[in-house]
Amino acid sequence: MNGNPDMRALLRVGGLEKRFGENAVLRGIDLEVTAGDRIAIIGASGSGKSTLLRCLNFMELPTAGRIELDGVAVGSERRRGDGSIERVYAEAELTRLRRRIGMVFQQFNLFPHMTAIGNVMEGLRTVLRRPAAEARARALVELTRVGLADKAEEYPARLSGGQKQRVAIARALALDPEILLFDEPTSSLDPELVGEVLAVIRSLAEEGRTMLLVTHELGFAYHFASRVLFLADGVIHEQGSPEEVLKHPREARTQAFLARHRAFSF
Amino acid sequence: MEYQWNFAPIFAHSDALLVGALGTLRIFVVCLLLGLSLGLLVGLARYSTRRLLTWPAAAFVEFFRNTPVLVQIIWFFFALPILVPFEISPMTAAVLGISLNSAAFSAEIFRGGIQSIEPGQWEAGRAIGMSYAQIMRRIILPQAIRRMLPALTNRGIEIFKMSTLASVVAYVELLHQGRLIASLNFNPIETYTVIAVAFFLFLYPLVRATYVLERRLGRSD
Repeated sequence: MNGNPDMRALLRVGGLEKRFGENAVLRGIDLEVTAGDRIAIIGASGSGKSTLLRCLNFMELPTAGRIELDGVAVGSERRRGDGSIERVYAEAELTRLRRRIGMVFQQFNLFPHMTAIGNVMEGLRTVLRRPAAEARARALVELTRVGLADKAEEYPARLSGGQKQRVAIARALALDPEILLFDEPTSSLDPELVGEVLAVIRSLAEEGRTMLLVTHELGFAYHFASRVLFLADGVIHEQGSPEEVLKHPREARTQAFLARHRAFSF
Repeated sequence: MEYQWNFAPIFAHSDALLVGALGTLRIFVVCLLLGLSLGLLVGLARYSTRRLLTWPAAAFVEFFRNTPVLVQIIWFFFALPILVPFEISPMTAAVLGISLNSAAFSAEIFRGGIQSIEPGQWEAGRAIGMSYAQIMRRIILPQAIRRMLPALTNRGIEIFKMSTLASVVAYVELLHQGRLIASLNFNPIETYTVIAVAFFLFLYPLVRATYVLERRLGRSD
């Protein structure tokens, strides 16, 4: 049993599978996320860790399995012609659900035709239909939180990679998501810019937010996470506290993976 | 023997030229608006993943790209009235021919422009809970149109020049008036020179204006 036993799971994943054609990327993932959990997902490239994250906010539709958010299963069951059961997902339901699960991408994906504050306001204005003044005030709060209030009127082209990623984090935070997903948020950054982004993520952890982070920064994962998942071949191969998984791995594959990443220090 | 240029008879008909110029402008504006907005709709249908939309859109594009506008205008003016129970004015026939042809070409421009936007932009929009229509309107099209502006400018120029084809069904525009003046005064050289220069004087400032627009839109890049 993971997390706090008195708390109901905020997110519950059961039997999650994802296939791209013949290629089975996820082969049965079970996971419970309790409010306040900080989960680091590690594994070699191709292990399915990004796909797992992208299934959680339905950027990818699961091939099989079910996902519950706050006790409510996403999608509905439909009986196929052969009698087997599949889950179907209505786009409108997924669109509503994604407001509650924020995502930060490896490539930032800022909207280049909008200023920094325009990027952060977009969800407030277009999705939540907040008045302009209110949205602007809220966006400024989020930009301040990531230390970029003075860059509010800059276009993304004039920001560094680290600043872009912090704006992207502010953009996700503006919608008050219950869960934050980080998909290798520092992997496309120059080394000297990684620190400022990790500092922001660490400050969010201190606020007690529920977060899942796919990362290659094992040193950061050690300090950040309340739980570490090691994925291999589309399944959770080993999981536990950072101490258990990163310092005293039981499984041979985890040990081999960590041995290849000796370059990190705790 | 050297030709003696004489523009005086043409300027005696400047009121007729003005009427023609207004006719040209009117059909240009109507065809530009109709052609580009219909082109956007067809382009969106072409981009869609639903066969029910892409197939008719593709058929529309191929049909109107591969038939001459002149033939379409003549068909709408002379053939269509026999098939339908109402009159088709020269303006209507010309607008139909030019707009549908422009829609077909600009649909391909819109589709290409939309496709050129990185998939990450769609993902970012979806991740904050935006719908397909919201992402298209707020994120994709503003960026795509910026990239398409040179191609759309060319389309606009084409539409302006195609307006002369309306003269074939006796729609009153610049070329139609020129032909009238030339036949009254037996001075085709001067008349058609004036018409050509008039088109240049209309179009060139318009094109300059779009350059300025392109520069202004490019500021954020």
